[in-house]
Amino acid sequence: MAKITYIEHDGTEHTIDVKPGLSVMEGAVKNNIPGIDADCGGACACATCHVYVDDAWREKTGTPSAMEESMLDFAEGVEPNSRLSCQIKVTDALDGLVVRLPESQH
Amino acid sequence: MSDPQARVVIVGAGHAGGTAAALLRQYGYAGPITLLGDEPIAPYQRPPLSKAWLKGEADAESLALKPVSFYAEHDIVLRLGVKAVAIDRTAKVVRLEGGEAVPYDILILATGARARRLALPGADLKGMLELRTAADAEALKAAIGAGKTLAIVGGGYIGLEAAASARALGAEAVVIEVLPRVLARVASEPLSSFFQDYHRARGVRFELGVGVAGFEGEAGHVTGVKLSDGRVIACDAALVGVGAVPNEEIARDAGLDCANGVVVDLEARTSDPAIFAIGDLTNRPMPLYGRAHRLESVPNALEQAKQAACAIVGRPAPAGEVPWFWSDQYDVKLQIAGVPFECDETLVRGDPAAGKFAVFHLKGNTVQAVEAVNAPPEFMMGKQLIAQRRAVAREKLADPTVSMKEVAA
Ligand SMILES: Cc1cc2nc3c(=O)[nH]c(=O)nc-3n(C[C@H](O)[C@H](O)[C@H](O)COP(=O)(O)OP(=O)(O)OC[C@H]3O[C@@H](n4cnc5c(N)ncnc54)[C@H](O)[C@@H]3O)c2cc1C
Ligand code: FES
Repeated sequence: MAKITYIEHDGTEHTIDVKPGLSVMEGAVKNNIPGIDADCGGACACATCHVYVDDAWREKTGTPSAMEESMLDFAEGVEPNSRLSCQIKVTDALDGLVVRLPESQH
Repeated sequence: MSDPQARVVIVGAGHAGGTAAALLRQYGYAGPITLLGDEPIAPYQRPPLSKAWLKGEADAESLALKPVSFYAEHDIVLRLGVKAVAIDRTAKVVRLEGGEAVPYDILILATGARARRLALPGADLKGMLELRTAADAEALKAAIGAGKTLAIVGGGYIGLEAAASARALGAEAVVIEVLPRVLARVASEPLSSFFQDYHRARGVRFELGVGVAGFEGEAGHVTGVKLSDGRVIACDAALVGVGAVPNEEIARDAGLDCANGVVVDLEARTSDPAIFAIGDLTNRPMPLYGRAHRLESVPNALEQAKQAACAIVGRPAPAGEVPWFWSDQYDVKLQIAGVPFECDETLVRGDPAAGKFAVFHLKGNTVQAVEAVNAPPEFMMGKQLIAQRRAVAREKLADPTVSMKEVAA
C-alpha cells in the first residue's frame, strides 16, 4: 500500500492507502474524495482528473506522455507541476505522495 | 433542502445511479439512501466492456465504480438482483418483482437503456450476442478467441470497438451495416471513411449497404448471418449492436412525461417534482442548442447525477457542460464534443491520411461540434469554442499551421 495525500482546493486533506497498480485518480475516486471528477474513467480523454504534484514528488511520478501533455495544455489553471492523475500509476515508491487539487475540473 | 431525512430511493444501479448515491453522500446528505439494481453486481463502468476489459487489459475490480465496501461504509443500502416493476406515485412506493413495496420521499430513476434487438428469424439462437452488461461482455469474450469469426451486425461505436478488440484477440471480424458507411448515424463522412480504412488495414471485413435477413444455425447455435441479398456470412458468434432503447416503461406507466426517454429539466426533475431521472434514460434540455435530446454517454450520466444530487441537497445547480464522448479503437483516440445540430458546413482540419485530424461542424461561424482523431488540442479547444458560442475565423480553423490557441484568440 502507498499512502497518498490529496489536498482539496480549500485545504481539506485526505490521506488514504492506495493499492499499487491503481492510478492516483482511481485512489481518489474509489474513496469518494471530492475534487477529482475523472469523467472518462482513466482513458486520458477528459482532463477532469487534473492534479498538482508536490515538488518533492515530481521526479518519482515520471513525465507525462505526449497525449497527456497535449490534453493538459488546454486544461484550466495549468502549472508546470500539473498532471492527469489517471496517468500516474501508484507504486510502493510513491508511498507518501502529496497532490493538490484544482478549484474546478470543468 | 426540504427534509434532511427524506428517503431517497434510486432505481437502477448503473453509472448514473451509483454516481448519484455517492455524490449525495459527498455533498453531505445524511438521510437514508437505497440503491436498487437488477444486475447481480454493484455499479460499474461500461465503456471498458468493449475496449480495455474485452482485450483483457482491465479487471473486474477496475470496472467497479466504487469498491463493494463503499456502500456499507457510507450507509447506502445497495440491493442487487431486484427489479422495479412499477411506481405508485400516490402511495409513493416503488414496487419490486415479487410484490415488495419500497417507500420513497424522493425517487431517482436511473434505469439506463438496453440493447435494441432484431426481430429476425434465428435471433434467439445460441451464440447470438449483445453488449450492454458485464454478463454480455463475458459471453462475448468467451466467443472471440483466436481462429474464431465474429459477425457484427451494426457499424456503430460498440460494434467497431468490439471488432478492434476481436482483432486484438486474434479473431476474425466482419461488420455488417445496412447504411452505406459505418458510424453513419453518429459521425461525419470523413470520420466514417477514416475508421473503415483503419479497420480494413487491420483485417476487419465490411459488408456495407446491405441488410440482415436472419440468422442461420446448426443444433441451435448460430453458424451464419443471412444477408438481404441472399449471401450468408459464416460465423461462430454474432454480435448485434444496433443501438439502445431507454428503459422508460415503469416511468411511462406511472404517467411521467416521456418522449424517447423520460422528459426532465436542468435539475433532472421529471414532470413529478418528487421524481428525478438521470442518464441514458432521459430526454434532457440542451441549453447550448435550444432543444431537447437523449444522450447516451458517461459524461451525460455524471452531469445529470450531479444536477439531481445538487437539487436534492439544495446546492446551486452545476454549470452547464458541453456534451462529449470518446471512443478507443486500436491506438486511435477519438474525442467528440457537441452535437452537430443544424450545421451548414463541415470543415476538416489536418490530414486524415496522417491519422491526426479533426472535423468541425459549423452553423454560420459558430462551432456546434468537433470530432477529433488523435487531436486533443482540437477537442479541448473545440469544446471551449462550443461552450462560448463565439464566431470563429474559418480560414484559421482550417489551417493546421495556425495553433488552436490562436484560432480561439
Ligand atoms: C459497451 C459499451 C461501451 C460504451 N462506451 C462508452 C464510451 O466510450 N464513452 C461514453 O461516454 N459512454 C460509453 N457507453 C455508454 C455509457 O456506458 C452509458 O451512457 C452509461 O452507462 C449510462 O449510465 P446509466 O446509469 O444511465 O445506465 P446504465 O449504466 O445502463 O445503468 C442502468 C442500470 O439500471 C438497471 N435497471 C434497468 N431497469 C431496471 C429496473 N426496472 N429495476 C432495477 N434496475 C434496473 C440496469 O440493469 C442497469 O444496471 C458505452 C456503453 C456500452 C454498453
Ligand atoms: S480520468 Fe479522464 S483524463 Fe484522467
